[in-house]
Amino acid sequence: MSLLSLNSMKTNIGQYAVLHDVTLEVPEGGVFVLLGRNGAGKTTTLRSIMGLWQPSPGSVLFNGQDITAMHTADIARLDIAFVPENMGVFGGLTVEENLILATAKGRFDPARLKRIYELFPALETFWTKQAWALSGGQKQMLAVARAIIEPRALILIDEPTKGLAPAIVDAMADAFREIAQTTTILLVEQNFEFAKSLGRDMAVIDDGRIAHSGTMADFAADTALQDRLLSLSA
Amino acid sequence: MQQINDFAGRLGGVYLLPVVVAALAFVMIGAPSSWVTLTVAGLAMGMMIFLMASGLSLVFGLMDVLNFGHSAFVSFGAFIAASVLAWLSGWLEADAVSLNIAALFLAFGAAILFGLVAGWFFETVIVKPVYKDHLRQILITMGALIVAEQMILAIWGGTPVSVPRPEFLEGSLLIGDITIEIYRIFAFLLGLGVYAALYLTLNRTRIGLLIRAGVENREMVEALGFRVDRLFVAVFMLGSALAALGGAMWAGYETLITPALGAEMMIVVFIVVIIGGLGSIQGTLLGAIMVGLMANYIGYLAPKLALASNMILMVAILLWRPNGLKPAVK
Amino acid sequence: MNALSQTTSGTKAVKAAVLLIFALLLFAPFLFQDVRALEVAARVCVFIVLVASYDLLIGYTGIVSFAHTMFFGFGAYGAAISLKQMGPGWDAVVVGALAGMGVSLIVAVAIGLLSLRVKAIFFAMITLATASVALVLASQLSDFTGGEDGITYRAPALFKTATKLMLDENGKVLRVFGVKINGKLAAYYFVFFSCLALFVVMLRMVGSPLGTVLKAIRENEARAEAIGYRVVSYRTFVFCIAALVASLAGTIYAIWLKYTGPDTALSFAIMIDILLMVVIGGMGTMWGAVIGATMLVLAQYYLRDLMGAAAKATVDIPILPHVLDPDRWLFWLGIIFILLVYFFPKGIAGTVMAKGAPR
Repeated sequence: MSLLSLNSMKTNIGQYAVLHDVTLEVPEGGVFVLLGRNGAGKTTTLRSIMGLWQPSPGSVLFNGQDITAMHTADIARLDIAFVPENMGVFGGLTVEENLILATAKGRFDPARLKRIYELFPALETFWTKQAWALSGGQKQMLAVARAIIEPRALILIDEPTKGLAPAIVDAMADAFREIAQTTTILLVEQNFEFAKSLGRDMAVIDDGRIAHSGTMADFAADTALQDRLLSLSA
Repeated sequence: MQQINDFAGRLGGVYLLPVVVAALAFVMIGAPSSWVTLTVAGLAMGMMIFLMASGLSLVFGLMDVLNFGHSAFVSFGAFIAASVLAWLSGWLEADAVSLNIAALFLAFGAAILFGLVAGWFFETVIVKPVYKDHLRQILITMGALIVAEQMILAIWGGTPVSVPRPEFLEGSLLIGDITIEIYRIFAFLLGLGVYAALYLTLNRTRIGLLIRAGVENREMVEALGFRVDRLFVAVFMLGSALAALGGAMWAGYETLITPALGAEMMIVVFIVVIIGGLGSIQGTLLGAIMVGLMANYIGYLAPKLALASNMILMVAILLWRPNGLKPAVK
Repeated sequence: MNALSQTTSGTKAVKAAVLLIFALLLFAPFLFQDVRALEVAARVCVFIVLVASYDLLIGYTGIVSFAHTMFFGFGAYGAAISLKQMGPGWDAVVVGALAGMGVSLIVAVAIGLLSLRVKAIFFAMITLATASVALVLASQLSDFTGGEDGITYRAPALFKTATKLMLDENGKVLRVFGVKINGKLAAYYFVFFSCLALFVVMLRMVGSPLGTVLKAIRENEARAEAIGYRVVSYRTFVFCIAALVASLAGTIYAIWLKYTGPDTALSFAIMIDILLMVVIGGMGTMWGAVIGATMLVLAQYYLRDLMGAAAKATVDIPILPHVLDPDRWLFWLGIIFILLVYFFPKGIAGTVMAKGAPR
């Protein structure tokens, strides 16, 4: 059974239909990459899973449980973390406060914290600094750290490499690879090279529908398919 | 210019403004004793206005909800406290300070209790159905204000109600040639205490952390697993209770209150949150102190201008900083 | 969602109602031959314009201003002060109207530039603060405005009740269907036709390309901005137009009343009336303004009497007389207002017009 199933999900934003029919099975473990052009519906898919927008009709099943109509907060309590495109870092809060807010009980697990320091040393350096003062890459690190400060079953990440320097992108890739050993990641990406290096399974969304799904290895080998589905973003 | 800015920033930035205003006023007034009296009055007034305004600012910051009916809590608080004090007038006249204090705290407690209950009612029944619709929000809370004002008129009548003060808060302190009303000191200290409590709650507790984060980005707080809507009810109730407490203190300060009180305070409260920047407690305090000081100084220096002083202050600050002095980070 | 151009059966009903109101107002002096009725009719005319101009703002651009009475007051006080200082002449009327419009325009531009670029809610707060300052100033500057007492003055000679416009063979004022053709009648028709002209101008504006742009902005601000409309400029422009029309309505009403004071021209109660009228009538339709203003003015004059009578009649029954007390009038209106905003946000006109829509 897959960890997450999206069944003919249709989502409207205001009067515009953004998702027409999204059906997707995300298996447990590893990185699942969702590719697609700008405006294809990638972000909307993540937000619909998270309950920030309501799909109707259609349903979202997580571990077999129907979470379609659940409140965002309750979905999050099922150990699903969300790293939005704008990172959602609280600028007025310090790095420490940002992280403590993401813990379940208001306490850090020392082992996890140590791991986060190792993955993202900058966060330890700027521990008591207000988050608005961080650089874009550091904010992204903080956003990812927030997602892994507790054990999670699923992490939804929206375009984490957008606007980041190549060195930071590499660090991010290493971090994701490690995280994926214990957690499932649903990664939305435009940067195909980055996605290719991480993904095991993948799907392409186009105009609010799943246009292709399969393994990353097959997709990476088929350049014609890539051109057809991603021509603008390769 | 840049250097001056940096220097001012290191000294405390916009928080220096009240100090600058007070210093200017000191020069213009000339008489130190009058200046002290006016400054204390301004600070006391500022703290009471802060209580009334803080809830409005937080509620707006957290849910993007602006409650035009907020001042109804202020006037209800004032009238309820007045009624309780009148009912306990025996205790107020008693020599025992303990009875005095008990009566005062019962009056304030009644106002706070009303604020909590009415805040809950307001939030769940009136505001909740129109969370994301600003136009209807303004209209509905305005309608609620009309109804609330009519209720005050129906219960307490249109004539001014006099508010008895406890014995131990009557009179003034005399230090040299400086006179300071005791009630003003009391109001200032109580207001300061509430501010300190609010500040600590916001900065030292998990709930406070959640509120601050929620003001910035509600969705993200929900995506971390917290029900902001439930938190919001609590903040709304707290804000209403603070407004009612502010009204109760104001009643004791004015000693004579009319049903027009709510409408008058609403304007002041709006000006304070606009000046201070919506969504931040520090900004609201800053705005309230500025308005309190300006009202007293200008009332003394140029009484004719007193009424327009708030407006002039607001326009000047908006021209300088369109989002207010210290808006919440968004 | 162009409610104006849809011809549903509901739209026909609304237009028929508006036409009926128009006819009643046109023949009001002949149909209702008492002084009070004519007062009511004139007030209806002025408030239709005032509420329609407010509808331009709230209904067509979605911004809430609480300063509309202030502009109404500028026009009224402009006329009042100039008529008082210069004597009852047409020159004074023109000077007063222009002065009122000038002040309105300056204040509207200032408020617009200062606050329309920020959130709608900021704008509501700032207009509320400005209006309250204007009210306080009017009652404080008593040398100029007459303070709380207001100003009494004379209107141009043409509008004096004693002025005989037509004489019968005996040299007395001519009566047509029992109505004296005198200055009072002239004054009423001055009010009626000025208001009609202003209303038609606004109707034309709404039907013009400008109206289409405004609706686009109201429906989706970000999209309108993206298409290239300068939202702030449009809003400021409409705010100024609404202010100017309100100011003229104030001038007209001041000439009719021959008295201007805080209660008739500036008080917050008038602002609440306008809000109630536009919401009850229906925002964004113009016809709603006509229906809302007519209903509420009629209710103000006659329903309160009825409530008083009912309270007296039920004096022996507990609670009921209190509930029906005419002083509780605003309480009930407030409740009706809240319920309407919840359940019929389109108001009477909008709700009726949506009925029977051909789909």
